[in-house]
Amino acid sequence: MSDTRTELERLESLTRLCLEEAARQGASAAEVACSADQGLSLTVRLGAVETIEHHRSQGVGITVYYGQRKGSASTTDLSERALTDTVGAACRIARYGAEDPCAGLPEAELLAKDIPDLDLYHPWTLDAEQGIELALACENAARGHSDAITNSEGASLNAFEGVRVLGNSLGFLHGYASSRHSLSCSVIGERDGNMQRDDWWTVARDPAELESAEAVGRKAAERTVRRLGARGLSTRQCPVLFAADVASSLIGHLIAAIRGGNLYRKSSFLLDALGQRIFPEFVHIHERPHLLRGLGSAPYDAEGVATRDRDLVRDGVLESYVLSTYSARKLGLQTTGNAGGVHNLIVAPGQEDCDTLIRRMGTGLIVTELLGQGVNIVTGDYSRGAAGYWVENGEIRFPVEEITIAGNLRDMFGHVVAIGNDVDLRGNIRTGSILIESMTVAGD
Amino acid sequence: MATEIVAIAERAILEPCGLIPQDIEKVVARLAGSDIDDADVYLQSSHYESWSLEDGIVKEGSYGIEQGAGLRAVSGEKTGFAYSDELALPVLLEAAGNARSIARGGQAGRIAVSGVQPVPRLYAPVDPLASLPAEAKIDLLRSLDAEARRADPRVEQVFVSLSGGYSSVLIFGLDGAMHGDVRPLVRLNVSVIVEAGGRREQGSAGGGGRTDYGFFFERDRALGYAREAVRQALVNLEAGDAPAGTMTVVLGPGWPGILLHEAIGHGLEGDFNRKGTSAFSGRVGERVASPLCTVVDDGTLPNRRGSLSIDDEGTPTRRTVLIEDGILKGYMQDRLNARLMGAAPTGNGRRESYQCLPMPRMTNTYMLPGEHAPEEIIASVAKGLYARNFGGGQVDITSGKFVFSASEAYLIEGGRITRPVRGATLIGNGPDVLTRVSMVGNDLELDPGVGTCGKDGQSVPVGVGQPTLKIDGLTVGGTRV
Repeated sequence: MSDTRTELERLESLTRLCLEEAARQGASAAEVACSADQGLSLTVRLGAVETIEHHRSQGVGITVYYGQRKGSASTTDLSERALTDTVGAACRIARYGAEDPCAGLPEAELLAKDIPDLDLYHPWTLDAEQGIELALACENAARGHSDAITNSEGASLNAFEGVRVLGNSLGFLHGYASSRHSLSCSVIGERDGNMQRDDWWTVARDPAELESAEAVGRKAAERTVRRLGARGLSTRQCPVLFAADVASSLIGHLIAAIRGGNLYRKSSFLLDALGQRIFPEFVHIHERPHLLRGLGSAPYDAEGVATRDRDLVRDGVLESYVLSTYSARKLGLQTTGNAGGVHNLIVAPGQEDCDTLIRRMGTGLIVTELLGQGVNIVTGDYSRGAAGYWVENGEIRFPVEEITIAGNLRDMFGHVVAIGNDVDLRGNIRTGSILIESMTVAGD
Repeated sequence: MATEIVAIAERAILEPCGLIPQDIEKVVARLAGSDIDDADVYLQSSHYESWSLEDGIVKEGSYGIEQGAGLRAVSGEKTGFAYSDELALPVLLEAAGNARSIARGGQAGRIAVSGVQPVPRLYAPVDPLASLPAEAKIDLLRSLDAEARRADPRVEQVFVSLSGGYSSVLIFGLDGAMHGDVRPLVRLNVSVIVEAGGRREQGSAGGGGRTDYGFFFERDRALGYAREAVRQALVNLEAGDAPAGTMTVVLGPGWPGILLHEAIGHGLEGDFNRKGTSAFSGRVGERVASPLCTVVDDGTLPNRRGSLSIDDEGTPTRRTVLIEDGILKGYMQDRLNARLMGAAPTGNGRRESYQCLPMPRMTNTYMLPGEHAPEEIIASVAKGLYARNFGGGQVDITSGKFVFSASEAYLIEGGRITRPVRGATLIGNGPDVLTRVSMVGNDLELDPGVGTCGKDGQSVPVGVGQPTLKIDGLTVGGTRV
């Protein structure tokens, strides 16, 4: 975006227009979120360009309240007529909704006042030709890495930037620009007529912080090659080490279980767990929303509530839930600034690296890929497809596939043996590898 | 057959923006060129709504408008793409310029709209949002809450959601053809939490299709969803630990057809096979299933959730035989992959919206019925698992490994269904799982209209179906060794 200031002002004035229109149509309160994004995505495959996509999109989401009744509407058409109609649609819906004592905007005193600059905007000034060169370098590094690499799904580059504005009828009106860039590569190897695929990717707010194209390609190739010759495993119970990039999914399930929406709906295996020890004492999980250039960083949440550093789990004890204004009111609590989700969740790393954890596990399973959605947050029952490596006496013996791992999340959390220092920084949840004492592995 | 559908789409998309078909011709002409093999302009105007109930009250409602145009130019294996949320000629011409920058050759002359293409009529161009007054939508949700609570005192929580969408599309191609479609889609879901003795379980049920909200009132369909959600939750309240290991698995009819979608459907999409990245690549004519299995993808079933009169490239949908008597017959194609593989498009070119490129996708994928009564199939199993309902699934196209997760399952002991067991994920290998099908039921059912398929970040509505199936050996991911 050549001029983010102008774009911010344009969206701020659209936001004001919608708020005024909502008031004119009789709404007692309103909230408006506007966004405009643009980007370039391209893919090369087997040394040639496959797709070049130019993105440019915008949208407005409007929520209105008539007292305790709520209605929402959204549009990608930002003409004045469409905005007026959209506000009208939200107002009509609100009139049909039921009175809900918990509905409404956040308490005014919780809204963000000083907006920190989190350094989230680093546009990538590259044209399609330069992007293609980078993607080609990435794919070439992967294909040249080993003769076992026989095919490719290609390398992809994405460069995105956008501006977001949030306003409400309590006088909150703020916006900021942000960017997000990524490079990924996925290649296929073959041995004895069996193919395996794996990938690697890098993502950052600032293109200067991306891993090099060559490194991404090389890692994709290494990950593919080491899967060749995968076999099944007989059914057994054994320790399971979740590699860092899949371990974040376990923390994702924790978040789902302590999210306000699931708690007040009694749809969680961690109901009333506040203050209880749910992990061993060495486990600490923090939220750090203001990390500079952080992928999950945000000065305020989706409702404008100020975000702040806090502990979710301290010494293994659940210290806080993940709440929006609405879910907090349903539970008789105060919002934690998590409308729209968590912002940079950090599992405190342990002392050991991944190899040390493998030796410590002795005999067991390393999981590097999970398949399917077999997680029941109501009961904590966990059963997913997996692939990875079988370990004996602290050493990787062979790759495995076509197995499932199963347990109950409450037991799994309670029996975390160790957390590695090999933290994966590529997402909103940052954790090292997680070693679980025992799970059921089903196979042939 | 009707060109009337195209006229409706024209009125919905072009008229409000002051555009006429000749304007879009200019945009197509901008995309065309000596080295451009294919190009299209996809225009869409949609609106949708959703209503949801919890705590016995309808507390959420939303309405949305989505409109814009996607412009594509294809040269060899290269695709250039741009889209715009704004339907104005200068913006569309600029986007066309961006999309065609993929190719270097000079531009062609004019493209003239050669004719409006007739559209088979698989569903009426009815706007679901207008098919029922708001009060009646709310009454429907409340009646389902009441029905679920009436069904059993252990019901603690009831969530109901109703959604409807109405989408008009126009597709202009290089050949001057103008295609149009008007697509309604409705969906209703009920889920419940039951509680007894400190244990909580959930159940959910729903359905929908390409029709209006009247669908839910036919034969008390909606009330049926509420009762079914409660029944499933109560079954799970009694469930014991699921077994772990490889065993005989009997899959119930209907939605368990997600097996076909994951295990073989994705692997037979044209893009993966052109690239040689699928475990099924180059295997047409080979045996990939037992002779009992015939599997089709059929986008022409009237009013089904996965059906389309034309796909998102303007190709009429059809019934494509994927596996016939166990032999792999063919792939599902969009225009790009069909052209590069020297095959015909099969009407499987689909996209989530104008903001995305089309690619080969499934429509309604199902297995034809066999000759066994379902009771016979159960009776033939000494020890195994009967899986009646499923959540989602996933597949690794390249290795062929796929999973799908049972949400309602029972042990089979001595030819009888005995006890319910907890949900578990089932894992198998796509190219050989169907070779182990030893019995096929005579009870073909299609799913109730609930499926959504994700691929490369794009979601599209799909259908699945199958008769009761017996598979001799599938890995069940329970906890009990």
